[in-house]
Amino acid sequence: MGSRSSHAAVIPDADSIRRETGFSQASLLRLHHRFRALDRNKKGYLSRMDLQQIGALAVNPLGDRIIESFFPDGSQQVDFPGFVRVLAHFRPVEDEDTETQDPKKPEPLNSRRNKLHYAFQLYDLDRDGKISRHEMLQVLRLMVGVQVTEEQLENIADRTVQEADEDGDGAVSFVEFTKSLEKMDVEQKMSIRILK
Amino acid sequence: MALQMFVTLSPWNCLLLLVALECSEASSDLNESANSTAQYAPNAWFAAASSEPDERISVFELDYDYVQIPYEVTLWILLASLAKIGFHLYRRLPGLMPESCLLILVGALVGGIIFGTDHKSPPVMDSSIYFLYLLPPIVLEGGYFMPTRPFFENIGSILWWAVLGALINALGIGLSLYFICQVKAFGLGDVNLLQNLLFGSLISAVDPVAVLAVFEEARVNEQLYMMIFGEALLNDGITVVLYNMLIAFTKMHKFEDIEPVDILAGCARFVIVGLGGVLFGVVFGFISAFITRFTQNISAIEPLIVFMFSYLSYLAAETLYLSGILAITACAVTMKKYVEENVSQTSYTTIKYFMKMLSSVSETLIFIFMGVSTVGKNHEWNWAFVCFTLAFCQIWRAISVFALFYISNQFRTFPFSIKDQCIIFYSGVRGAGSFSLAFLLPLSLFPRKKMFVTATLVVIYFTVFIQGITIGPLVRYLDVKKTNKKESINEELHIRLMDHLKAGIEDVCGHWSHYQVRDKFKKFDHRYLRKILIRKNLPKSSIVSLYKKLEMKQAIEMVETGILSSTAFSIPHQAQRIQGIKRLSPEDVESIRDILTSNMYQVRQRTLSYNKYNLKPQTSEKQAKEILIRRQNTLRESMRKGHSLPWGKPAGTKNVRYLSFPYGNPQSAGRDTKAAEFSDDDSSDPGSPSIMFSALSRIGSLQKQEAQEIIPMKSLHRGRKAFNSGYQRNTSQEEYLGGVRSVALRPKPLFHAVDEEGESGGESEGKASLVEVQSRWTADRGHGRDHNRSHSPLLQKK
Repeated sequence: MGSRSSHAAVIPDADSIRRETGFSQASLLRLHHRFRALDRNKKGYLSRMDLQQIGALAVNPLGDRIIESFFPDGSQQVDFPGFVRVLAHFRPVEDEDTETQDPKKPEPLNSRRNKLHYAFQLYDLDRDGKISRHEMLQVLRLMVGVQVTEEQLENIADRTVQEADEDGDGAVSFVEFTKSLEKMDVEQKMSIRILK
Repeated sequence: MALQMFVTLSPWNCLLLLVALECSEASSDLNESANSTAQYAPNAWFAAASSEPDERISVFELDYDYVQIPYEVTLWILLASLAKIGFHLYRRLPGLMPESCLLILVGALVGGIIFGTDHKSPPVMDSSIYFLYLLPPIVLEGGYFMPTRPFFENIGSILWWAVLGALINALGIGLSLYFICQVKAFGLGDVNLLQNLLFGSLISAVDPVAVLAVFEEARVNEQLYMMIFGEALLNDGITVVLYNMLIAFTKMHKFEDIEPVDILAGCARFVIVGLGGVLFGVVFGFISAFITRFTQNISAIEPLIVFMFSYLSYLAAETLYLSGILAITACAVTMKKYVEENVSQTSYTTIKYFMKMLSSVSETLIFIFMGVSTVGKNHEWNWAFVCFTLAFCQIWRAISVFALFYISNQFRTFPFSIKDQCIIFYSGVRGAGSFSLAFLLPLSLFPRKKMFVTATLVVIYFTVFIQGITIGPLVRYLDVKKTNKKESINEELHIRLMDHLKAGIEDVCGHWSHYQVRDKFKKFDHRYLRKILIRKNLPKSSIVSLYKKLEMKQAIEMVETGILSSTAFSIPHQAQRIQGIKRLSPEDVESIRDILTSNMYQVRQRTLSYNKYNLKPQTSEKQAKEILIRRQNTLRESMRKGHSLPWGKPAGTKNVRYLSFPYGNPQSAGRDTKAAEFSDDDSSDPGSPSIMFSALSRIGSLQKQEAQEIIPMKSLHRGRKAFNSGYQRNTSQEEYLGGVRSVALRPKPLFHAVDEEGESGGESEGKASLVEVQSRWTADRGHGRDHNRSHSPLLQKK
């Protein structure tokens, strides 16, 4: 196993990752350490199994979907940059980020829009850009105890879609989703303090 | 309603107590008059029968003196317990005031009764009883229930704050009071410096944990929790050490005898006493952990070993005038990790409950003694002293909090905010410790002891009641929750989703700490300590059978409530009802909102939840079970339909590597998972049934394989050794299958697949020794095991 201390030299493409995600060097080191800890068989990438070994995710209602979000486009493996890319969405938003917004550069991963987009993708499994009523119902089922009847769930799903849907297509697009959450402090809700 | 019940209960007990007291008076009168019988056996019957031929043999005698002390003590404890029951019945009370309030009130009540009936000689606390019997359980419980990982992660800050805070408070209060005493007008001139310092040290013994329950629901972050906990833990030890040292100083009669050498010796002694106590504790902890390695055949004595060794560490340290409190704390902390893995499930539960019970009893008794001495004639009220004591307590605590945290914030990665510091300042509630130390001041050295006791009592009452009751609102105010406007249903749902998401991603990130030290310790622990201290061949705790047992029960419930029908997870687009837009009325919206708020799953709390007087009722387990079962079923359903996961992974993916799990050496599989566990936080998060989920995932992944791979697994099944828990797993597997059968019709080959895989998956699981640690999240686990054992006769048909 050797020494456990990570050095920057060990992380491939550390600079490009830092530029893309905005993590500090220390955070990146910690994340790399965590990545290696999760990577049981030292494969160099994470599979679904590795993430499923995190016990606490098993009792998270959204555990499966969170794991799945690490594997975009049906891939079976996620390497370190991919791992960090997902976690970058949860970096706290600091004021410097918004001030030095260079219009030519792509939006930082932890902007409000990208955070919302990440959450949106948790709902929208078939990636068609809309949350259909069925998808809303599925998420509701995940998040609610067994005492609630199917009919109640369908009512709730109906109501949820109805509230947010503005163009009447029976589904919630990303724009509508963003609009329905405009009053919510998404930056604070979807930020993890330790990921500075 | 409950309050009425509470109120009616106590009069009954008062009545009982009064009756007892009357009888005691009657009998004591009787005993005084019949003095000659005193030399015989206490029972008056014998006396009557033997040497007094004139007296009649009485049919009914009363001898209260014989049982007085145990009787009254028991009565007190019962009274306090009844009061606690009443307290918790009224749901909002525990959130309003700390339980110490209640105990003090009960104590005052008992004191009032005793005083009112002029009862002679109630049991009184003296120094040896307190230090030998009442104090150790309280400290042991604090040390045992302390979550080790966060403690050691923050140990620098905790030590800095606890040690220096106690010292600053003690010396500060003592010196300030000394200066007050110099003022002639207050009539306190005879209280010299040493006495003031001693008083300062005993009054700075805080008990902040008592208020933790009050602001538990405001999500206090982990670091803050640990600071409060750590302070409570170490504070007792430090104040007692100071106290003893200063008493020793006071015994050197002349103030002028004390030279700088003595003071230096005192400081050195302080350090040695502290460290020596810790060393003793660690040694005893390791010894007891080692011994529990061999107790598998006589598990009934396991709690005994735990308690006796802790107590022994306390006594051994006290023999050498080292700090017994720190010894017993260190012993509990060291011992906990290894003992938990070694002892049987029932022993573990017993230890936990017994510890809570003992500490609860101790604290109750101390508070009752406090109540007894409150209502009485032995007070000396001195306005200046009392008021200034109160003032200085607050002032010095504020000074120490803000100064020390300002300094330590420079070195911390996550500094404590001002809000956190305010909470820490305000949680400086005094408790039983201060009172005991004040009560036990030797009267010979402290002619004005009564004044000290009075001042201590005032401070305790003030802090417990005023601060204890107002800290809840204060914390909630500081939390600055958003205005309580009604959120739309959308928002509620999305907010909860984001909370779950955040908790999940936090879990993916894991705990970040000072990796090097922690890893080194873990390696050392893994390589040496665990080999010595942990049992080999742990009893196969059949974690998987337990899991299956839970599943079966839940599956049955779910079937009965009609939730778990196969149509529940319908294929996309099949169940889409085409209907017009329904305009829902406001009442519907309200009812929907209610349904959501009451039924949505709670977000997993990452911060610790410690209640000093009670064990966690573990309500989150039901939720966790539901979620796990639902996932299991989702996986199975999607397996049945041919794609492995609802989001469209290609069917029939052969993950060849997973084949190796059941075939390979089960020992190494166990060790792999064990090693893997070290990357997560292992010891201090009881809510993570990671191995359960590994079983699930393995079952899930194994199910992806084709039917022809079942055959090799069957050979494994035959070749398996027959041990007890294996039988258990078989049996419960059968029951489980029975449950599953009623749920979904399956093609037969897959049935066998489930059967075999479950067992073989279970087998490799069973060898994992760390299941003991990770799996303690059901209270009825003990029942589960017994239930399993009772089914073993059925097994034979297999």
